[in-house]
Amino acid sequence: MNSILNIIDLFKVFLVEIGELSYFASRFFKEVFKIPFEFKEFLRQCFNMGNRSLLLVAVTGFIIGLVFTLQSRPTLQEFGAVSWMPSMVSISIIREIGPIITALICAGRIGSGIGAELGSMRVTEQIDAMEVSGTNPFKYLVVTRILATTLMIPILVFFGDAIAIFGSALVENIKGNVSYLLYFNQVFNSLEFSDLIPTTIKTFFFGFAIGLVGCFKGYNCKKGTAGVGLAANSAVVFTSMLLFIIDFIAVFVTNIFYDL
Amino acid sequence: MSSDISNPVIEINALRKSYGENLVLNGFNMKLFEGENLVIMGKSGCGKSVMIKCLIGLEEPDGGSIMVMGKNINNLKREDLDELRTEIGFLFQGSALYDSMSVRENLEFPLRRHTKKFGYLKDTTPLVMEALENVGLANAINLMPNELSGGMKRRIALARTLILQPKIILYDEPTTGLDPITSKEIILLMMSIQKKYNTSSIIITHDVDCARVISNRMILLVDGINYKEGTFEELSVSSDPKVRAFFK
Repeated sequence: MNSILNIIDLFKVFLVEIGELSYFASRFFKEVFKIPFEFKEFLRQCFNMGNRSLLLVAVTGFIIGLVFTLQSRPTLQEFGAVSWMPSMVSISIIREIGPIITALICAGRIGSGIGAELGSMRVTEQIDAMEVSGTNPFKYLVVTRILATTLMIPILVFFGDAIAIFGSALVENIKGNVSYLLYFNQVFNSLEFSDLIPTTIKTFFFGFAIGLVGCFKGYNCKKGTAGVGLAANSAVVFTSMLLFIIDFIAVFVTNIFYDL
Repeated sequence: MSSDISNPVIEINALRKSYGENLVLNGFNMKLFEGENLVIMGKSGCGKSVMIKCLIGLEEPDGGSIMVMGKNINNLKREDLDELRTEIGFLFQGSALYDSMSVRENLEFPLRRHTKKFGYLKDTTPLVMEALENVGLANAINLMPNELSGGMKRRIALARTLILQPKIILYDEPTTGLDPITSKEIILLMMSIQKKYNTSSIIITHDVDCARVISNRMILLVDGINYKEGTFEELSVSSDPKVRAFFK
């Protein structure tokens, strides 16, 4: 009986959290169109999130492309289908692996960073200080960060995809003696706009989710310094879950369009 | 330090605030007059900071009314509240400097966002320098908050409060965590600011020396109500054991 009550309580907490997150998101949409627009802070956040994540995304993308090709090669060789490698790698990376892996990495790096930064500002009363000086901390801290993640994640995903495909081409060049020109020619021949457009739209949602949850957790941080760690940690966990849900919905919707 | 008792700038009536079962403020009443330094003393957790946060709109009271310069802050729209907040400075206990910004940016931050009061400022340097000179730290303009000592942080926070040229300043334990010499410096600074700009101040403190030097009037906050009110001299000779406990 107790465990059932616990589950009900957990479910209630989850629903409250979803409600509060929705309210937070609605406040973002209200504030985003209000002047003044904090353009300088927005650019600073874009630089912090984009430029400083480049190396991590590049290394991860390169290794994914490399490992993916190395692992698939023997199986494709068995069926005499190695020539399909560029198409298979590019479609799977562009449609699914690239966006989700890059988004998960960014949830860890950017989402937790936002959660910790805003959380620490909350517990040291910096957000209250902005509020009492008659400025709008939500606009300055939250709106700029959510906009920056929404814009930068798609760019990072494109960059990560390109590096991953290059990693794959490197393996094919070394192991299969395939020239880079031929490899990339096959990659571009196999890709269509119908592969790129849904995945690009999806990455904007990924970026929005990363910024939204990171800001939500940090901005509403409680319980002192311990709460800062909790905010950073729960931002990553919650965002990761949300990314998979968004991914599932995106694939589902895309498939409906493909079937039409 | 003279105060105009015909003109209250803040008036709190029957303020109530609780957190769940914990009743913090239970009908607190207070008036702050123009040019007055009002000290509020009370035990830790008695609701002093909650009261001051209700006053500035950081906490929503459960009941009662708060009039600031003739406006009921509970009925104000966000924009109007923000405008009113430019007339009220707030010095936080932990200084609350924005740690990703330099001292200059800390001071410029509110200045650049209040275009109604200050217009679109091209060069904020004169105002920033004036505020820093008021607290004796003009040479710290390019430092980051992590390069400042506790006392310097408190002074910069005070400069950031002053830059909006407020009519009322709320001090939340301004000398807590500082050594006696720095505490004295901060108290003298608060007095010189009051004299120079004729501000009205509410000072929340546990520091009896601070209260003795700076107060025109004092309120002792006990069990969520204003238990006793009077000048420092009146309260310090009170025979009431609850009052005497503060002056031991």
